[in-house]
Amino acid sequence: MRPRFGVFRRGFAALVLCCAGAVAFFAAGAAQAKGTGLIFISNEKSNDITVLDSKTNTVIRTFQTCRRPRGMHFNADRTQFYVGCADDSQIAIYEVATQKLVGRIRGVEEPETFDLHPNGRHLYISNEEDATVTVFDVESGKLLNEFETGEEPEGILVTSDGKLVFVASEAADLVHVIDVEAGKIIKDIPTDVRPRRFALTPDEDELWVSAELSGMVNIIDMAALKVVESVAFRPTGFRREQITPVDILITKDGEIAYVALGRANHVGVVNVKTREVLDYILVGKRAWGLALTRDEGLLYVANGLSDDISIIDTKSRKNIKSIPVGRVPYGILIDD
Amino acid sequence: MRKEVLLACLFALSATCWPAIARANEFVFAYVGIEGDPYYLAGRRYTGLTLKQPHPPLPGAKMAIRDSRIIGRSLGITFKLIEKAAAGADELATVIEALHREAGAKVFLLDVPAAMLRATAGRLAGAPLLLFNIRNRDNDLRNENCAPNLYHAVPSYRMLTDALAQYLFKKGWTKVLVLRGPGEADQAYAHSFSASARRMRLEIVGDRGFELTNDPRKRGESNVALMTGGPDYDVIFIADQDGEFGRYVPYQTYLPRPLVGDEGLTPAAWHWTWERHGAPQLNQRFARIEKTRRMSGADWAAWVSIKSVVAAIRKTGSSDLGGLRRFLTDPDTTIDTYKGSPSSFRAWNNQLRQPILLHTHNAVVARAPVEGFLHETNYLDTLGFDRGESKCVLAR
Repeated sequence: MRPRFGVFRRGFAALVLCCAGAVAFFAAGAAQAKGTGLIFISNEKSNDITVLDSKTNTVIRTFQTCRRPRGMHFNADRTQFYVGCADDSQIAIYEVATQKLVGRIRGVEEPETFDLHPNGRHLYISNEEDATVTVFDVESGKLLNEFETGEEPEGILVTSDGKLVFVASEAADLVHVIDVEAGKIIKDIPTDVRPRRFALTPDEDELWVSAELSGMVNIIDMAALKVVESVAFRPTGFRREQITPVDILITKDGEIAYVALGRANHVGVVNVKTREVLDYILVGKRAWGLALTRDEGLLYVANGLSDDISIIDTKSRKNIKSIPVGRVPYGILIDD
Repeated sequence: MRKEVLLACLFALSATCWPAIARANEFVFAYVGIEGDPYYLAGRRYTGLTLKQPHPPLPGAKMAIRDSRIIGRSLGITFKLIEKAAAGADELATVIEALHREAGAKVFLLDVPAAMLRATAGRLAGAPLLLFNIRNRDNDLRNENCAPNLYHAVPSYRMLTDALAQYLFKKGWTKVLVLRGPGEADQAYAHSFSASARRMRLEIVGDRGFELTNDPRKRGESNVALMTGGPDYDVIFIADQDGEFGRYVPYQTYLPRPLVGDEGLTPAAWHWTWERHGAPQLNQRFARIEKTRRMSGADWAAWVSIKSVVAAIRKTGSSDLGGLRRFLTDPDTTIDTYKGSPSSFRAWNNQLRQPILLHTHNAVVARAPVEGFLHETNYLDTLGFDRGESKCVLAR
């Protein structure tokens, strides 16, 4: 879901250019350049957030948050981050530098994941139990819009031009396409079983979506808005039912996709152009959440059933360290 | 407020915006039970105490219909559920035929006793409809009394006892004392356990029938300590559907040993504490539909029956029954059971292959097939009657 940093920056730059918000751009650029070097991990069963120091890869502190924290996202200038808490039906807003709670968006029914519109104000949120996508204004905390989806909406992605929003419905095996300007769902794209998360190629020609129960990644052609190809994963020694891909990341150059393979306890490395699976990297149990450092040298993996984070060196494709965190780690945010 | 508006919109959609499509493109499921079904009669226990009160799994079916509404939107189909209670065994086939003729129902969830299922599936052989067994675990329905138009969403006794036996074997608890009640279901369950024990090379060191009595002359059939003395064993298997005897067995046994079966560690299609593979979401959706109780294995079976057919309609792009049947029993089909493994119906007896949950009163201890039990084609087929041992002949 998250680090489409490249895409996000491009989108942001485009917004800045057309809106002539040069000051905002430089401010954001400066904030990004600084980076606190902190890494945040949401632990959905211990209701807390682990803070890692990215230089030493050690735990600095752990702080309590709202109940069942899962999806996380930075705000537009990366000075704050949002945490979705399903069991409290709210989104908590923290200051990155101090991790102080600075606000809450309430009345968000069981949020799971979310994405920020390039306008920096509208948060598109999948509401798992309600089978809806809601749109909240992050400044006023007001509900702006609501869309009815299939059951268990999960992954959500806004294109960099802010025109389309994609939502995966896990239980309906559909990806819904929301036209932002028209304010309605314009298409339901059938996928394989249990679609979970998205990654866009940097040229935004392809949308990759993991189909957890089919053990695949479906590739959606963004012009045709349909699944045109798929990548299957078959790490050695695992049965089909154990291969349950969830999170996906595509590198800024559009060459490599990393796919967390869930119960197969590996991360798949895919050549985006040829669709070839290049490697499988052993990580912890039930790997879901992924995050790359800015230089893409390290890949962080949240292992939900071994309560730890694996750190992968992307050059050697080796797991170089694992760090115990809270119970059932879900999302990872890197502020570097 | 928001929810009310949403609900109003939903009603508006179905009532006014889509009427033409709804009539033309409607797919109807029917839930058929029996009037005054004794299986569900409450208060079977003394002084208002109910132990294992089953409830009709209608909420499970309703949840599946609700779950399918957006899939229906994407297909231009409205999925509908109608309910009907037949007056008795003789009327059941007539009711089904009438619902098919008059309401266009094609798929029937049958919440009826096994005997009625056997008779009705035969009478309806060749009719253009699909029947789903959402209640009965009897092994014969998957063997000599199977029927080509009858699909089983509930696991058989044999699947349940195979799951238990795998777990016992894995733990090294290979010596088992069997306690069985007098009821028909108890006999069937215990009989199935014996077969599973043979398969897993477990040793049954004693097999004893109990009675509900205080008669001092019958202490050997009613006194727990006496009944559990004698040979050494690792674990006790108890078949007691009513639960009246079984609830007094823990902590009263002669040897300090765990219980499995109808008390202690119980194999089931579903349990409300299951929290993997999306289960919390399913349990919470169920809680929105049915507020007075938790989701049961029967609810799950009703839900998965409709879900399977909806998946078949989507994947085949048609509601043609021939295509739906082929999809359901295609080994490459992936039905999401919320229990982890991709499921499909066994082509040789129409049984849904599925993981079995081994649970206590408040936790799922294990999911079978237990790790390490392998199979040449699908490891789910280590549970229940495999192709080679099935006595079912499906002349389609």
